[in-house]
Amino acid sequence: MNLDELYQEVILDHYKRPRGAGLREPYEGESHQVNPTCGDEITLRVHVDGDKIADVSYENVGCSISKASASVLYELVNGSTVDDALARLAEFTELMNSKGQGEGDEETLEDAVAFAGVSKYPMRVKCALLGWMAFKDALVRAEATSGRTDA
Amino acid sequence: MEAVTKLDVEAVRADFPILKRMIGDRPVAYLDSAATSQKPVQVVEAMRRFTEHSNANISRSVHTLGAEATEAYEGARARVAAFIGAPSADEVVFTKNSTEAINLLAYAFQNAALDPHADPRLRLAPGDEIVVTEMEHHANLIPWQQLARRTGAVLKWIGITDHGRLDLESVPEVITERTKLVSFTHVANLLGTVNPTSQITARAREVGALVGLDASQSVPHIPVNVAELGVDFIAFTGHKMLGPTGIGVLWAKADLLDAMPPFLTGGSMIKTVTMEQTTFAEAPAKFEAGTPPIAEAVGLAAAVDYLDSLGMENVRAHEKELAGYMLERLETVDGLTVIGPRVPIGRSATVSFTLEGVHPHDVGQVLDAEAVAVRVGHHCAKPTCDRFGVNATTRASAYVYNTHEEIDRLVEALGRVRKVFS
Ligand SMILES: Cc1ncc(COP(=O)(O)O)c(C=O)c1O
Repeated sequence: MNLDELYQEVILDHYKRPRGAGLREPYEGESHQVNPTCGDEITLRVHVDGDKIADVSYENVGCSISKASASVLYELVNGSTVDDALARLAEFTELMNSKGQGEGDEETLEDAVAFAGVSKYPMRVKCALLGWMAFKDALVRAEATSGRTDA
Repeated sequence: MEAVTKLDVEAVRADFPILKRMIGDRPVAYLDSAATSQKPVQVVEAMRRFTEHSNANISRSVHTLGAEATEAYEGARARVAAFIGAPSADEVVFTKNSTEAINLLAYAFQNAALDPHADPRLRLAPGDEIVVTEMEHHANLIPWQQLARRTGAVLKWIGITDHGRLDLESVPEVITERTKLVSFTHVANLLGTVNPTSQITARAREVGALVGLDASQSVPHIPVNVAELGVDFIAFTGHKMLGPTGIGVLWAKADLLDAMPPFLTGGSMIKTVTMEQTTFAEAPAKFEAGTPPIAEAVGLAAAVDYLDSLGMENVRAHEKELAGYMLERLETVDGLTVIGPRVPIGRSATVSFTLEGVHPHDVGQVLDAEAVAVRVGHHCAKPTCDRFGVNATTRASAYVYNTHEEIDRLVEALGRVRKVFS
């Protein structure tokens, strides 16, 4: 296998210098996700303000792929609209399920396109999606508490 | 370090075609035998010969193939019994794997708890105790934990010292007059610890508890003689001892098997059946409902023949040597911490470690790029991970076919890991 393809500079950079890490208040939804095969964990909070994601904060233990992915997630969705965030979630999930075929749209996914190589490694796709699953879940919870139903 | 072992590793390796498998441009250095071992051609060939020549269901047909299949299956049972020093082949129950063997036992207890006429040794009442250790594979933890929950029994455990050994000093407190069962791992799959058994078995006897071993990681690697161990049962699994997947073994003393209610019921385990009731066959048939893994039993017998031809003492000596070399070399890697005993005494050639600042998943991935196969994760021993404050480890495990050179490749590849993540 080609290691460089998996461990792109961008990924290693996010891993070493995670953006937006740490748990913050306020938040409306929180989710805890565990990858049962490796024990990786993330707790992620979402603060929604109107139709905006006002903050995404998280604490995680895990491999470079799962940690970098959470950091990239933060950059992409923090400050965006809920609808845009959901669109990124769908795009990223599709990229991860592409079995090495997808490239991802750099316009919308930005640094997250670096994960395209990960989609070739089924054992690692779960790592890359862990934070995103937590985001999806936390958002659902946030909307349940704030009564928003249209997402 | 130059201990003379009688194992001709090059000759052994020639029997394992998969060791020539190229990953990228290098042959695989397979250091994951604690998860599953590779199979020699002798095992594959025995199963093929059986399937092509003698395949039939057992104990059901009078035709020639049926008779041959029955003979092969029962012959395998006798072969396995002899390998572990069991006084009778009837004490060997074939299961799907270790997990099923342990569940078979746990469900015997559970079924006995519902039957006022069951053997008192098997009847758990609220407040009775089941004892395991903190270094169990989930397979020898969860069945007992769940049994305790369902019966009101209390699950207790023997802890682990910082050196990765059982805290034997606590044994007299943990195993008490209320203890009815002690089930502990003979060789720990994450830590590599080989547990001394005599103190625990003696204490179990003293309080009248049944005692047995999860021997999944011992039977493949060291001589195991159930009579010498003086236990009531052991469980092990074919695929970790050069045999096929799909077959495991519960050995238990005849009087215990007699007393145990069956776990699975159905065909081939009965004496008489009416619409209202059934009388069960004697053990081992009582515990082998349905068509068993016949070709797999043949394969397991061939694996046992293979191990015997090497000599289990030689296997042990070879692995002790590799364990020593692995520990010594791993100590030279910057930022590496061995989780488990750090000396090759009372330990197997299974070594778990963490690498500072690098997650085991990433370690495993880079090692794979170097064609070095190890296991990463919690190794189905989460409480052990918790005990050492880690989420996961990287685990390298050696067996009869591994060489010093492969360990060198492991250590070299770990250097590459450090570079990628520095
Ligand atoms: C100590 C120990 N017990 C039990 C098992 C379970 O074996 P199996 O998965 O074959 O049932 C394993 C291996 O995975 C093990 O290492």
